[in-house]
Amino acid sequence: MEFAFTKEQLMFKKEVIRFAREKIVPRVAEHDRNHTFDFEAFHKMGEFGLLGLHFPEEYGGGGADVVTTVLAGEALGEAGVDGGLTLSYGAHSFLCADTLYCHGTDAQKTRFLPPLISGDKIGCMGLTEPNAGSDVSAMKTTALKKGDTYVLNGSKTFITNGPIADVALIYAKTDPEKAHDGISAFIVEKGTPGFEAGPPMDKLGCRSSQTSELFFSNCVIPAENLVGMEGLGFLMAMQTVEWDRSALLSPMVGGMNHALARSVTYAKGRKQFGRPIGKFYATKEKLAAMKIFAEAAKLLVYRIAWCKGQGKPLNHLEAAVAKLFVGDWLLGPSNDAVLLHGGYGYCHEYGMERIFRDGRLAPIGGGTSDVQKMIISKMI
Amino acid sequence: MKIIVCIKQVPDVTEVKWDENGSLIRTGLPSIINPNDKNAIEAALTLKEEKGAEITVVSMGPPQVEEALREAMAMGCDHAVLLTDRKFGGADCWATAYTLGMAIKKLGHFDLIFSGVEAMDGNTAQVGPEIADFLGLPLLSYAEAIEVGEGTVKIHQKLGDLTRVIEGPMPALITCEKELNVPRIPRMDLVFECFEKEIKVLGMADVDGELENFGLKGSPTRLRKVFSPKRAKAQVEFLEGTPKESSQKLVEKLHEINAI
Repeated sequence: MEFAFTKEQLMFKKEVIRFAREKIVPRVAEHDRNHTFDFEAFHKMGEFGLLGLHFPEEYGGGGADVVTTVLAGEALGEAGVDGGLTLSYGAHSFLCADTLYCHGTDAQKTRFLPPLISGDKIGCMGLTEPNAGSDVSAMKTTALKKGDTYVLNGSKTFITNGPIADVALIYAKTDPEKAHDGISAFIVEKGTPGFEAGPPMDKLGCRSSQTSELFFSNCVIPAENLVGMEGLGFLMAMQTVEWDRSALLSPMVGGMNHALARSVTYAKGRKQFGRPIGKFYATKEKLAAMKIFAEAAKLLVYRIAWCKGQGKPLNHLEAAVAKLFVGDWLLGPSNDAVLLHGGYGYCHEYGMERIFRDGRLAPIGGGTSDVQKMIISKMI
Repeated sequence: MKIIVCIKQVPDVTEVKWDENGSLIRTGLPSIINPNDKNAIEAALTLKEEKGAEITVVSMGPPQVEEALREAMAMGCDHAVLLTDRKFGGADCWATAYTLGMAIKKLGHFDLIFSGVEAMDGNTAQVGPEIADFLGLPLLSYAEAIEVGEGTVKIHQKLGDLTRVIEGPMPALITCEKELNVPRIPRMDLVFECFEKEIKVLGMADVDGELENFGLKGSPTRLRKVFSPKRAKAQVEFLEGTPKESSQKLVEKLHEINAI
């Protein structure tokens, strides 16, 4: 087994970290505090090539492999980019754009991918509904065919990038009588009559990411906005799970390394009772726990990435283990990072409490830890 | 136009650690392109974009300097030359400038040589000027702005709080200040492309020169000791009174020490 990154990947990671530290990190605290999206950083990520890393060059992408793409997320986290921006990036590039790339027609790809990859347009994906979270088949939103159009009615909730998206990839029932097989995917553009986004939700963490409900009221879209074939929506959504369990988790791995590096520096500089607090066993134990989490999570996340890169079908057990581990085990070491910084850790200025808050999404979004446990127990 | 940029790979002193005796711990320190040299690279790239140029980046050091050269190519430099030979080891400024100068002679025609003003691990600011001396070139040092004309080059030279404008014929050597520009971050695609480019590796036999002028043998500098200067503890004096009174006292104090 080969665990090492290539020279190219390591240089790439270094450059992403430098880019992020210079162009994004200085404004992270402000956007987190104000609950605002950093449009400027997002555009710069597009210019730098991050938003379209794995897409082919013909659409403006970088043609990078899966592991390198996942590494970019880790680098952003390691640089100190907040979970809000990396979440928005994930929803945009992997949940929206990647689905269009994998299942869209040539015309859809040519029209929508270049502006999504450059960052000129922002994408979101609408799957979850008030009564259809992990149980996707319970969704109530419908898209009924009428001539050469579809008419959408219903609502979505907890949609990352919802209030700011120009292009929404929406899952809706084309056959309400059916469960999973009745779900199809559609492109709905901002400004389409009958389509509205709710106000941004006030969240515990990932605050720079804008999350909202989406409402569809007799929203008429052209039939050509159907992505793939009718009834295949659920399968398309499930294909994003590989990215969800790798590229969307890797910023949290990087974030823990960021917290660890900051904690080590603090533990060496902060003196109590005449010596650095890093000399105390309780501090060492916290630092070790952070490192153990970061290393173990990294292996689990890159296993998913490597398998996807090799074209292997997703191992749902491994994916659930990765998601659950990052989601549940992140709580301890990110709490330790706050505690290690004492009063400073509790204050916004030091950024530790933000890492803690941002991490609270991990066991909830993209499939709760309880659902992961159901999957794991079913498959062992 | 052909431009040569001389760069040095240095330890990243933002990550620097000191041992109990105050000596620099180099083990495990990440290496970076010397920051002033990045300004030199950026200056060359700016000229390339404005007027068209072919840029060769040159560095002397152990084989791991390849990383710095690749990064320079990722930024946009066209070619890279690595000067590496055990006999180059232990070189001081003079021997380094000699080696770089001999290698540059081998590279053929050029219009400009750029280097950083100084390396952050030595701060001697000697290598650039000494290369100019070896090659008999006009030296335009401490550049914070560069204008290239027809066969001439003009710089704004940083002299403390003053700026002096000087001009010289090309070819010339320019040492670059940090105020000159903001070095770019390579685009993702160029990072990967740079690994497909060739790096020309030259040893002592390839650059000619006299054996006694290379490396430690060719270095007149003898390092006696490296140490961290002790910091004198400053005394703090609080000036009491209303803002007006304390301002007046401050002015008197500053007069006393001839500060104003």
